[in-house]
Amino acid sequence: MFCEKCNQRPATVHIAEIINGQKQETHLCEICAKEIKIHGFGFFPQMNLNKFMAGLLNGDFNGSSYNTEGKVCEKCGVSEGQFANKGLLGCGECYPYFEEKMLPLLRRIHGNTRHVGKIPERKGGRARLVKEIEIAKRQLKEAVGHEEFELAAKLRDNIRQLEKNLEEGGEG
Amino acid sequence: MPINSKVSSANSPWMNSDGPDAGIVISSRIRIARNLAGVPFPHLLEPEKSMEVINEINKALESKEAVDLIGNMELTLMNDLSPLERQILVDKHLISPDLLNSFQSKAAAIRDDEAVTIMINEEDHLRIQCLLSGLRLKEAWEVVNNIDDGLERTLDYAFSEKLGYLTSCPTNTGTGLRASVMLHLTGLKIINQLGGVFNAISKLGLTVRGLYGEGTEALGDLFQISNQITLGQSEEEIISNLISITRQILAQEQEARRVLYRERREVIEDRVYRAYGILRCARILTMEETMRMLSDLRLGLELKIISTVQDKLINELMVKIRPAFLIKTAGRDMSKRGLDIARADLIRKEFETGSIKKDN
Repeated sequence: MFCEKCNQRPATVHIAEIINGQKQETHLCEICAKEIKIHGFGFFPQMNLNKFMAGLLNGDFNGSSYNTEGKVCEKCGVSEGQFANKGLLGCGECYPYFEEKMLPLLRRIHGNTRHVGKIPERKGGRARLVKEIEIAKRQLKEAVGHEEFELAAKLRDNIRQLEKNLEEGGEG
Repeated sequence: MPINSKVSSANSPWMNSDGPDAGIVISSRIRIARNLAGVPFPHLLEPEKSMEVINEINKALESKEAVDLIGNMELTLMNDLSPLERQILVDKHLISPDLLNSFQSKAAAIRDDEAVTIMINEEDHLRIQCLLSGLRLKEAWEVVNNIDDGLERTLDYAFSEKLGYLTSCPTNTGTGLRASVMLHLTGLKIINQLGGVFNAISKLGLTVRGLYGEGTEALGDLFQISNQITLGQSEEEIISNLISITRQILAQEQEARRVLYRERREVIEDRVYRAYGILRCARILTMEETMRMLSDLRLGLELKIISTVQDKLINELMVKIRPAFLIKTAGRDMSKRGLDIARADLIRKEFETGSIKKDN
């Protein structure tokens, strides 16, 4: 017997379904059966992200059980429990409030807990300076390595100025 | 230009297939998530507060600082659009499906060239997206980055030095960036290699979704591949990572097609001409079958088996054959069977009126 789907390979998987009391048999080869299993229900089954996150919040190694309400964000009133249910935080302040739980969760999602991307111009004054200093220091090292001392001197002065700005309160 | 003028045509410039490798990499999309500091995230906002957010962002959009950098963009309340209009914007990928839920408190601005959309009170206060034809992620990021700068001149974002941009869902925290490409992977599907490719992708911090994003099925062998990680990598890293993987998948897909056409020429030609025949003659066409046939037709076009259609038309048809556009064209609601008949009619007409050239 050949596979009913591809008609090319022998049918080795036999699926029996009973629909409205009628038995229906489908004979498929392994390859087509696998395909149906993967593609037959639309796309990969989407698992509920929120459930996952609740699980991740819970996922202490020692298996300590999860407090359903937990801490509450003073700014927006969202509790850890509500977050676990919905998968959404209430406001930006929730991050520091739930830091203890958030950091492990973020690490599980992203494998990291440190932002290295874009820094907004106005809001990120301090962070921007720190990043600029980091970049300038890297350039300085390269300049010294290439024996470009004139450039290195310029960079060194620039770093001093940036560090001074940072000490004086951030706004560059 | 008001937003409803963007639903009269199924075409959007990203469908024009004029970007690099647009035969397989149908489109590139960048979107970022931003929130206003000190304001609860959209899902917690009362209607009144939601309006305040919309007004505040509107003010920022109209500010001289922003206009100088990004030009004019006019906000429209989702509530001012009909359900059909909203759905067509989703079908054209100009707004996200999330804007259809609790639409009373949401708004969007779409740039006249339809490449840029700013969405308000989606999952985050602000979602900025840029959608372009072909593999053009870097260009899309430049556009989005620029708009972000323009808005930040007057808006205070929820930002932490350590965690970056704070978003309502922790899966977006950090850069708030989602970069994605829509790929047509028919060759790899035929030779049964998609599973392997997707498996490898998922190990590289990327994810695969269907045509309309999260939770949607992959119609017509179209897949969206996007980054999953937003924290601990810079925007440039995320984007170049996706570009490099897209290039590799693209090369594999091209190779799969070449091999298929060399080894199974008749089978592939038969497949393409069958699709052509069905689309040209059928009287009842379901969404799923049509997408499958369009996928085969697209393959035939890429392999130069047929030259009677253009990519652009296939892209437009993907919107025209969806229920919202069919109902809008007919001017009345239809049953599922009615839609299937209207869909077949529409495609036959496209053939007859010569927007699909007659086969020689």
